[in-house]
Amino acid sequence: MTEPDVLVIGGGTAALCAAISARRLGASVLLAEQAPKGLRGGNTRHSRNLRIRHESLTPLSSGPYPEEEFWSDLWHATGGTSDPTLARILVQRSAEATDWLANAGVPLQPTSSGVLPPSRKTAFLLGGGTTMLNALYATAKRLGVEIRYGGEVRDPRIANGRLERLLYQDAGTARTLAPRAAVACCGGGQANRDWLRAHWGETADGFINRGTPFASGEILEALLRQGARAVGDPKRAYLVAVDARSPADDGGIVTRIRCMPEGIVVDANGRRFRDEGGDTASTRYAIWGQRLADCPGQIAYLILDARGRRAAPPSLYPPIAAETIERLAARLGIDPGSLAATLAGYNAATRAPDAGADEADWRTFDLDPPKSRQARPLIEPPFAAYPMRPGITFTYHGVAVDAQTRVRLRDGGVIENLFAAGMIMAPNLMGRGYLSGLALTIGVVFGRIAGEEAARHAGG
Amino acid sequence: MPVDESLAESRRVLEICNACGYCNGFCDVFESAERRPTLNEADLVHLANLCHACRNCFHGCQYAPPHPFLVNVPRSLARTRYRSYLAHAWPAALSGLLARQALAAPLIALGAIALLVGLVLVLVPPEVLFASQAGAGAFYRILSWEAMVLLGGLPLGWSVLAIGLSLRQYWRLTRTEGAPLSTRAIGAALRDILVLRNLRGGGPGCNDLDDRFSHARRRLHHAMLHGFLLSFAATVTATLYHHLLGWEAPYPLLSAPVLLGTLGGILMSLGAVGLAWMKWRADPEPSAPETRGLDLAFLGLLFLVAVTGLALLVWRETAAMGLLLAIHLGSVLAFFLLLPYSKFVHAGYRAIALLIEAIEHAAVSRQ
Repeated sequence: MTEPDVLVIGGGTAALCAAISARRLGASVLLAEQAPKGLRGGNTRHSRNLRIRHESLTPLSSGPYPEEEFWSDLWHATGGTSDPTLARILVQRSAEATDWLANAGVPLQPTSSGVLPPSRKTAFLLGGGTTMLNALYATAKRLGVEIRYGGEVRDPRIANGRLERLLYQDAGTARTLAPRAAVACCGGGQANRDWLRAHWGETADGFINRGTPFASGEILEALLRQGARAVGDPKRAYLVAVDARSPADDGGIVTRIRCMPEGIVVDANGRRFRDEGGDTASTRYAIWGQRLADCPGQIAYLILDARGRRAAPPSLYPPIAAETIERLAARLGIDPGSLAATLAGYNAATRAPDAGADEADWRTFDLDPPKSRQARPLIEPPFAAYPMRPGITFTYHGVAVDAQTRVRLRDGGVIENLFAAGMIMAPNLMGRGYLSGLALTIGVVFGRIAGEEAARHAGG
Repeated sequence: MPVDESLAESRRVLEICNACGYCNGFCDVFESAERRPTLNEADLVHLANLCHACRNCFHGCQYAPPHPFLVNVPRSLARTRYRSYLAHAWPAALSGLLARQALAAPLIALGAIALLVGLVLVLVPPEVLFASQAGAGAFYRILSWEAMVLLGGLPLGWSVLAIGLSLRQYWRLTRTEGAPLSTRAIGAALRDILVLRNLRGGGPGCNDLDDRFSHARRRLHHAMLHGFLLSFAATVTATLYHHLLGWEAPYPLLSAPVLLGTLGGILMSLGAVGLAWMKWRADPEPSAPETRGLDLAFLGLLFLVAVTGLALLVWRETAAMGLLLAIHLGSVLAFFLLLPYSKFVHAGYRAIALLIEAIEHAAVSRQ
């Protein structure tokens, strides 16, 4: 292992974009990915699309997505928490992202493939994030980036506004590195149970980590300890409803449960607690994640009848099923009388839509909480249930950066040779909320900037 | 692995695919699987034969090993596909030839060649057999035209019957109820076969050897298929020459049968060597080891037929012609005999799978 001009910490989108960009400017680059090769790439492995500005129609999307619309979407989704300078850079330079990726060998899926959900605002990666990673790793290797798997970078030392050294450790070696510049692209700490527990208490025990088990937050935490300025809030996380039977880490996209309007959602006591028909926007996934985190034991059950089950999308695991609602309750460990009473009360309150009205217009009357849409009675056996838990995707906690992605210090100034890109700095752009495809775009746009700036710093 | 275990694994894996859907741009398998959410036996057999084993969905899979979900679509479908070859062989008693292909194919090839060589050694006087023959009817001085037709025609007739019965059984299992067959669908399926659209990986190519994209396997398969068709065309023109025009083989170097056959033979040889080399070099993870014998034996057989044909052409005016003719006819005989019990059967099942997709596609776009 040689002492590189630029050390890139991490192995996902931002890390690869940074490594390739730095190498193209002539710097020697070492990319240290903590995961083994077969699980490389952080949460990029589970990604599918990226949000891009485009002023005219392109083969990758169904219509234009102009700058001001992207800007306003970002502003509304994040509740105005974006750093305006960084947000403007993100929106403007997102327009180059797909060309840059294609040029680095990444295949994109045109809308003419005829099999994509209609999307005007995001472009799809052919085969998803893992295919993109394969292409980017191959390009990085071809350009001469040194790639190390399975080793951990830790203990960054910061003094006088400079990163002085770090420790690199793997099964065989432990050595100090003192690169001229470093780029931290190693995400947040959502896979670190101790870290989650420190911020969420016992609630964290009910979480399932949807993504990479390697998001330990080690570098993030160390940088904050050494005086880097924090952005966001460690107690805020992007949570979606996932199947409670999913593995503790890395279940990805297939663990999502997303057909709440087809049934009713009850907590461990067998009682409904929210309007299951109320949310139709794309934010509905995250809304249910947060609601599950607030449930006793962080668990709830989506109850379907046979009709609802037919309407539900394919799932990783088949739902738990039983001929009667009481037997289903027993299988779920819920008091049968309580669940049966909830269901009877719900069924009695449902009303069919007026003749000629929208079929989805079934609603409940005089029920608390109400179900405002799709409130069909659940009467056709067998009954089925998906147990659900909050699935953590990322936390809104990171390091503050300036327009060159240099890490900012708490008491003013920046660390002149330490840059950050990707989810470790994403809270600069979204302190809350999410827009589909935003994480990848942040990775590409700021990964490129960080790599170029790091190479310039190392060379100058 | 018993049949139901291979089906169960394919079902388990494709259920994960149906909940994910990231690979839907690579080939037709994933959209087709989404239209078949119950994934019953017929569905799985159809999807397995629709799969062209391009491997993009393995290298691009977020759930491939070492992920605990252990998703390996190409391997699972290769197993189900292989099982379907065995299950649809006619007569069923001969499916063992497919299962033990690595042994059966060389033995049958050797036996057929030995039979033909023995036949000419016994029947043809040495002064004729080892003389250099030239001019019209030279081949028939070694073996009469009638004998050749009998030796080729009988096994070919049997094989056509056996394959036809297998395909009929397969079609009845996997066809889509209520979707009409149209000339448009047949046209679309033929186009998919001729351009191997499903081996384009949605544009960039396939992960032929590792996670890099390449078009090599598609091109080699084109060489093989088109070489085979050219050789077939050579045989047909030669038959027409013989019957309609009364011209007897061997034909001059610049005649249609020789030109077609030479080009076909060269393409087939290149295709066979290239495809075998790819099998040798490719990452074995996304393939099923038990199908290797079947694949390699068929490539070997095609290579043997092509190369012995080319050798016969090169040395047809020398004293070696008699034996070369016997060897070539022996390989053709073995090839004909093994058609229904070799990898050749993939052509029919794949064609039906593509036809079913074209039919369903036409039905969807009409709605």
